[in-house]
Amino acid sequence: MKVSSYLCPLPSGGSAEELAVAFDQGRSQRLLIIPALFDEANRMRRFTAEVMRRLDGAGVESFLPDLPGCNESLQNLSEMTSVDWSDAMQAAAAQFGATRLLAIRGGGLVMPGGLPGWHYAPVKGATILRQLLRARIFSSREAGREENSEQLLAAGLESGLDLGGYPLSAGMLRDLQGLLPRASDQLVTLDQELIGGGGLWLRAEPGEDRAQADALAAVIAMGIGG
Amino acid sequence: MRSEIDTLLRRILTDVLGLKTGQAEHFTAGTGLFGHLPELDSMAVAGLLTELEDRLDIVIDDDEVDGDLLESFGSLLAFAEAKRAA
Repeated sequence: MKVSSYLCPLPSGGSAEELAVAFDQGRSQRLLIIPALFDEANRMRRFTAEVMRRLDGAGVESFLPDLPGCNESLQNLSEMTSVDWSDAMQAAAAQFGATRLLAIRGGGLVMPGGLPGWHYAPVKGATILRQLLRARIFSSREAGREENSEQLLAAGLESGLDLGGYPLSAGMLRDLQGLLPRASDQLVTLDQELIGGGGLWLRAEPGEDRAQADALAAVIAMGIGG
Repeated sequence: MRSEIDTLLRRILTDVLGLKTGQAEHFTAGTGLFGHLPELDSMAVAGLLTELEDRLDIVIDDDEVDGDLLESFGSLLAFAEAKRAA
């Protein structure tokens, strides 16, 4: 495993270097992984890396890029919309020579077109947004402040909103309201029932599960070879 | 015999808290949740409620969620059962 990078187009024009975790020995099967979004990205990161390790053992290269504004990125998240993320993933796919895609959870909402692949445990943008709004309301309530979703969202759609430490632009909030997992005959949906056990994105503390990592890697390794 | 909602709620708490299989079997109505389990922070509670909505096909209004609701396994179960019956 190594830390690699890709040249990511920026919303303001120009481009910037973004990091990616990569397994790359120049083999021909190359999988770009689009990470889960926001808080779920943290909870799913170790699991995602474990899947990558197993794919490496199965002869499949894999790449896990940062979305601009997230993780190690130096870009300002509050300037991003979902289109910028989708453009970033398109650029990463091209640069790493990806032959397949794997989107994890909300990553499927910013999945570029054109490549076959898998979408693990899809989720609607509106569900992600609802959960982030809820978490903010609960944490405000604990601090003695009453807020409600409608007012927060209305204000956010004017001038952006900080949800769970993520400063989201008005455009990103608007996108999340409407984004649905993409349906395409090039994409196979992998439900949690297939992988087994409880979804790790639900965990209050980031966890791992060897059996689940084995199952997801096996599905990909078998599918990519066929 | 346990209701379907009771079983489901134990399963979701197992997922959220990362419990071992069977651990949630020992939950009783008085088992403390929010405020008793430090890992159950606001983001985790938001995830738990969203998962409940999805799996039970109910809508939970944020106004309905207060400290009492999440105080114990029993109070959360009673709420979910009432919601499902409504």
